[in-house]
Amino acid sequence: METPQLNSLYQQLILEHYRNPRNKAELEEKSVEIHMANPVCGDEVRLQLRIKDDQIEEAKFVGQGCSISQASISMMTTLLYGCSLADAEILAECFTKMMQGDPDAAKDKRLKDLRALQGVSKFPVRIKCALIGFDALQEALKTYAKEENI
Amino acid sequence: MTTATFDPVMIRREFPTLEQAVNGRPLVYLDNAATSQKPKVVLDALRSYYEDDNSNVHRGIHELSRRATVAYEESRAKVASWVGANEPSEIVWTRGTTEAINLVSSAWGLDNVGEGDEILISVLEHHSNIIPWQLLARRTGAVIKYIELDEQGRWILDELPHLLTDRTKIVAISHVSNALGTVNPVKRVAAAAHEVGALVLVDGAQGAVHMKVDVKDLGVDYYAFSGHKMCGPTGIGALWARRDLLDSMEPYQGGGEMIHFVGRDESSWATVPHKFEAGTPNIAGAIGMGAAIDFLSEVGMDAIAEHEHKLLGYALERMNKVDGICIYGPQSPDEHSALISFTLGDAHPHDISTILDSEGIAVRAGHHCAQLAMQHFGISATARASIYLYNTESDIDRLIEGLEQVRSIFA
Repeated sequence: METPQLNSLYQQLILEHYRNPRNKAELEEKSVEIHMANPVCGDEVRLQLRIKDDQIEEAKFVGQGCSISQASISMMTTLLYGCSLADAEILAECFTKMMQGDPDAAKDKRLKDLRALQGVSKFPVRIKCALIGFDALQEALKTYAKEENI
Repeated sequence: MTTATFDPVMIRREFPTLEQAVNGRPLVYLDNAATSQKPKVVLDALRSYYEDDNSNVHRGIHELSRRATVAYEESRAKVASWVGANEPSEIVWTRGTTEAINLVSSAWGLDNVGEGDEILISVLEHHSNIIPWQLLARRTGAVIKYIELDEQGRWILDELPHLLTDRTKIVAISHVSNALGTVNPVKRVAAAAHEVGALVLVDGAQGAVHMKVDVKDLGVDYYAFSGHKMCGPTGIGALWARRDLLDSMEPYQGGGEMIHFVGRDESSWATVPHKFEAGTPNIAGAIGMGAAIDFLSEVGMDAIAEHEHKLLGYALERMNKVDGICIYGPQSPDEHSALISFTLGDAHPHDISTILDSEGIAVRAGHHCAQLAMQHFGISATARASIYLYNTESDIDRLIEGLEQVRSIFA
């Protein structure tokens, strides 16, 4: 018998993104690229952003990992198109809070499909899987700001 | 505890950790290659040392120190006979297998390996038997060569005559692969290595745990192993080395207990093995490892090996019938130690592990600190179920149920 917790973790939407990840490709023209890896479990992502006038025009990634990490990155990239740098930062903070179990963050509509990952917060050892893409995003925003002297 | 016939259900009762529910189901512990559970006799030995005899060893003149020293040295003798050493002084206590290998790569390697010399290891090695040699090669300009693997994760030995040259200084290989379970033909490689004058170090972390080891029969020079994988405490392990090698080696670390006489400019060292044991050692750990050896000896290593072999055969047979499973490592149970490394459909090993955990089943998922072996198969991770003396057929049945659950979620 499946426990309810497990159901909340492996939602169809997550498995669908795992099997058909969006934006999984190399970006030809990129403003910033961040490689993030979890040596403990082997999850790995290279996140690439094309940014113009403080707005993310394109977001792609390459990498490998479990269903949680891959679905999280896939969903994240879909939300980054046309997103301002400030909003991208807010998105990352909001998602991180949801992973830390903050119920208000989990209700934030800006997370859209990413809310399907809320169940991960009940699996402490898997939270880092869900966060690897957002960690890369935050690092990318920081690196970009430094390079552009914003 | 005495068992006339081997009964894993009785043995299980000696392990308090195993008597619990995890996520609402009785625990099925199949992560023994990472660390084994501890029997009551080992826990009692630790407790009784701290409650009754706690004192530093080889220092005090008082009664507690005498008792601690006796227990500590008796344990060394047990470890020595466990691997067929000539004498207890051939055993150096370490933190575990990792430190034992680092001891050799540092204390022996830095004085005996030079630029252009060769170190032969295998693609199957745990990182603890790769990185110490890479560090040594970086400092000395030595070259690392690799024994490659076939499609079942076995060493390809056809190339051995070319891999071993008069520049080969040491061959460092695992007895049993922690990633695939391959039982390696150590004896054959050791004989070939000696013909070119190379020394042989064996990473026995998964070896001395499951089988009787006789270092003289294996014909090797160093054998490293850990206490915690064989029912002992964490933080204790041992290096067995030929006495003449230990005598000729410089100390590994400097500090208390390892000296004979200390002068302002020059000092001299204590005799072997104390020369390699600077500082207050893990006394409780050493005593606990001795208790673990007593426990395993009483159960009987032949009986344990037979039980594990039977259970492995049962597990391989049942797992092979699971749709979408891919089992890595040797297909024949005879070349296979008691662990099974596998993937299942497109479910990532971490997802497999999470789903099994929700059923109270503990397995390992990841690269198992053997990234070179994973790269050989073009994968980043596997799930690994590893068996020990207290596992039963019903544990395997539960694992199969869990794998069906994985299949239904990732259908």
